[in-house]
Amino acid sequence: MKAIMTVLLALLSNFAVAQSVEMADQFRADGKIYVVIAVIGTLLIGFFVYLIIMDKKLGKLEKRLNEKEHKS
Amino acid sequence: MKLINQNWWKYLSILLLLYVLIAGLLGKVPRLAILNETIRVLYFHVPMWFGMIILLTTSMVYAIKYLSGNRIEDDHLSIELANVGVFLGVLGIFTGMIWANYTWGAPWSGDPQQNASAIGLLIYFAYFILRGSLQDDQQRARISAIYNVFAYSALIPLLFILPRLTDSLHPGSGGNPGFNAYDLDSNLRLVFYPAVVGWTLLGFWLATIRYRTRRIEEALEEDGI
Repeated sequence: MKAIMTVLLALLSNFAVAQSVEMADQFRADGKIYVVIAVIGTLLIGFFVYLIIMDKKLGKLEKRLNEKEHKS
Repeated sequence: MKLINQNWWKYLSILLLLYVLIAGLLGKVPRLAILNETIRVLYFHVPMWFGMIILLTTSMVYAIKYLSGNRIEDDHLSIELANVGVFLGVLGIFTGMIWANYTWGAPWSGDPQQNASAIGLLIYFAYFILRGSLQDDQQRARISAIYNVFAYSALIPLLFILPRLTDSLHPGSGGNPGFNAYDLDSNLRLVFYPAVVGWTLLGFWLATIRYRTRRIEEALEEDGI
């Protein structure tokens, strides 16, 4: 019984310590984290689309080069 | 080799990174003192190093491939993989310095792992200087391939063995295996592993773009343009 109590107490105190650590809880509760995600997400998607377009352009160049090499 | 001409893994990288952004900022993380919310940097700073190691490993594999087969394409792949790998490493150093400034109190604390990774990057900088100083294609390819193997075999003990022999601020030091401190938390792993795969694939994507550009350059030079 005593052992169980000790374990419970230890768990509880651990929990209390964990809860007292300051995190951005209010910021999240206000929903402002979604603003951050929307901004970074827009940037990331923009850069990725740009990268895909560059990749495609490079592919076209390679195709032209291959056609030229086959002709000569 | 065939993977270079495929696109699915590029889209996979994009999907994973968008997942990492959303789950990484919204997901549950352990409430730890000092680290607080900055624990989320784990999804962005650490994958740089994982990506660097994976890219440099493939770079070394292609260096050996070049040495055994003398195909100049293998040399080109090797150098471009090393280029992007070191780029990720530099990003890793800078993101680490920002993170350290707010958790360890200074951007550079002379932490063994910090010092060792800086030395490792310097060894690879010498690789690029070595390449730049040689004119003949085959000679440059052969000498730098050998140097690549040496640089890689210096990097591995620098990053994975030496810092663990002493006390370090990094987790996993003082004799502990790498990820003990985080292993307990499955919430972190749920985002961390996809982050490693996503960032690494992005690194490979950049390397293949550089490799393909180089091939076009070579073809133009052969035509005397």
